[in-house]
Amino acid sequence: MHKEAAIREPLILGHKTYHDVTEDVCKPIEDKAPRMWYILFGIALIIGLYGVGSILYLLGTGIGVWGLNKTIGWAWDITNFVWWVGIGHAGTLISAVLLLFRQKWRMAINRSAEAMTIFAVFMAGLFPLIHMGRLWVGYWTLPLPNQFGSLWVNFNSPLLWDVFAISTYLSVSLVFWYIGLIPDFATIRDRAKKPLSKKMYSILAFGWSGRAKHWNRFELVSLVLAGLATPLVFSVHSIVSFDFATSVIPGWHTTIFPPYFVAGAVFSGFAMVQTLLLVMRKAMGLEAYIHTKHVEYMNIVIMVTGSIVGVAYLTELFVSWYSGVEYESYAFINRFSGPYWWAYWSMMTCNVISPQLMWFRPLRRSLLFTFIISIVVNIGMWFERYVIIVTSLHRDYLPSAWSMHYPSHIDIAIYVGTIGLFFTFFLLFARYFPVLALNEIKTILKSSGESYKNAPDHSHDNHSNH
Amino acid sequence: MAETVIYAMYDDDDVLKDGAKKLVAKGVKIAEVFSPFPIHGIDPIIGVKNTRLGIMAFIYGITGTMLATYGMRFFMVEDWPMNIGGKPNFTYLDNILAFIPITFEFTVLCAAHGMAITYLLRNKTLPGMPAQNPDPRTTDDKFVMEIRLSENSNFSAEQLEGMIRETGMIELDQKEIK
Repeated sequence: MHKEAAIREPLILGHKTYHDVTEDVCKPIEDKAPRMWYILFGIALIIGLYGVGSILYLLGTGIGVWGLNKTIGWAWDITNFVWWVGIGHAGTLISAVLLLFRQKWRMAINRSAEAMTIFAVFMAGLFPLIHMGRLWVGYWTLPLPNQFGSLWVNFNSPLLWDVFAISTYLSVSLVFWYIGLIPDFATIRDRAKKPLSKKMYSILAFGWSGRAKHWNRFELVSLVLAGLATPLVFSVHSIVSFDFATSVIPGWHTTIFPPYFVAGAVFSGFAMVQTLLLVMRKAMGLEAYIHTKHVEYMNIVIMVTGSIVGVAYLTELFVSWYSGVEYESYAFINRFSGPYWWAYWSMMTCNVISPQLMWFRPLRRSLLFTFIISIVVNIGMWFERYVIIVTSLHRDYLPSAWSMHYPSHIDIAIYVGTIGLFFTFFLLFARYFPVLALNEIKTILKSSGESYKNAPDHSHDNHSNH
Repeated sequence: MAETVIYAMYDDDDVLKDGAKKLVAKGVKIAEVFSPFPIHGIDPIIGVKNTRLGIMAFIYGITGTMLATYGMRFFMVEDWPMNIGGKPNFTYLDNILAFIPITFEFTVLCAAHGMAITYLLRNKTLPGMPAQNPDPRTTDDKFVMEIRLSENSNFSAEQLEGMIRETGMIELDQKEIK
């Protein structure tokens, strides 16, 4: 068995047995939902349905209902797309990259972070689809044979790369998540009392029985999927950034975009994980599993990626001046002093200054402070995309084409609606799915659980193999 | 033919592992272990071979790479060469840089899904399959060892039970299965 240093903080607090882990995770699913759940679910659903209504209105009327104009042909739609994809980066990063690095603290958060990833990528995927205006021809993005004239889709275009990247990312994340869920569904199935839930969880558990050979395969599949998902995470946001970086718009045509976007994505994704988990651990009584140490680890990730993002902002500014290209330098001078200065400085404050506060240990271990910063970070990251997209477009080469972007109420309704839908899905997940990878947690109980870790080694004294 | 199976239940993974080691040393064949989570190190003791799914993942991945390469060569070079910003498109190699992202994505897509589907089929864990664990507690906090009499013809049922009782088990059950 793997041993851990005594000075390392335990990952599971209190005196938990294997059965306690099962109880703690399954109880909220088996009990009646608290009143608060219904209230939150109702609010999220109403907002989400308002968004769905707005999408239907847009599809019926055309994308003229957005506040776009001749100069600014991309605004909130792609801002929201990039924002949601970015948020969707934390889950797979946590479960895949941290698995490869054998970070045990991932086990407390990977399940819900992956769920969050999947729902966030759903929301992201909506925007490219609806921005076609004609949703029903969305399949034209696939390389289909020639019924539509003898032309194929353009494989040289980053927009097509996006189609492949996002669909691969979504489907692989979904499979990764579900394979991990199967044994946990089996646990709920075997505990279920009511016939209906027994039936439902039996179907979801796929007949999992926990045979030694199956566990052997399970571990390898998780490892290989993690190995595949790790470069996938980095590729997805790199490809999203190519949408901009391969164009010739000053402010977009930048080689640092891929790493800068990936760092930003991890930054915002972890912030969203913090926002959700800080509420969830309290509401579902999981404080023993997701505690201050986990929050601190995540805050360190936020601090590091936030610093990378900050360096990228400064590099952009420096290079725009150093390049000597008039258009390039104007694009950046306009960003911080033009009509959108407020968006630029909100971005700077939220993304560059706020994560630096995490250098202070009491602050990064404070749950309230973390919660506030996690929301601030996601506001900042939304502004980052808005600044990159809108301020680069609104000053065209011809001053006669200069323009401003004002969102229409449909722009706002669809954006807010996706937030509503996201929370609707997440609340359903928290109600019916095991929110902790409970069987994975059991594997680290003896090495990282508080009561086992620093206790004298009674049970193993008589075994020679340890 | 009906077969007699002995199920020995344990409440600790390490106790089960040590018990299995002792039984195997005496020449007992352990047919199966059911556990709520992977017990590291049990596989070599009870003779479970390492899975070859990793090799399959590699084969699926390579298939994806080849399909993507062949597909894009056909679409963009052979069938309908497109002039995109004057970039050369006479041969696949001229244009290969633009094809790398999709080649990579498609490789991952095929490897991940191919492996996941193979995994589910090989395990026979599919929607609607019945659970096969002998006791519902094995997905919670109990560990069960399955020993078949037919595979241990050197021992009588009583001898086997006697040996199992010495390994720190908590419950013993004998069943006839078909």
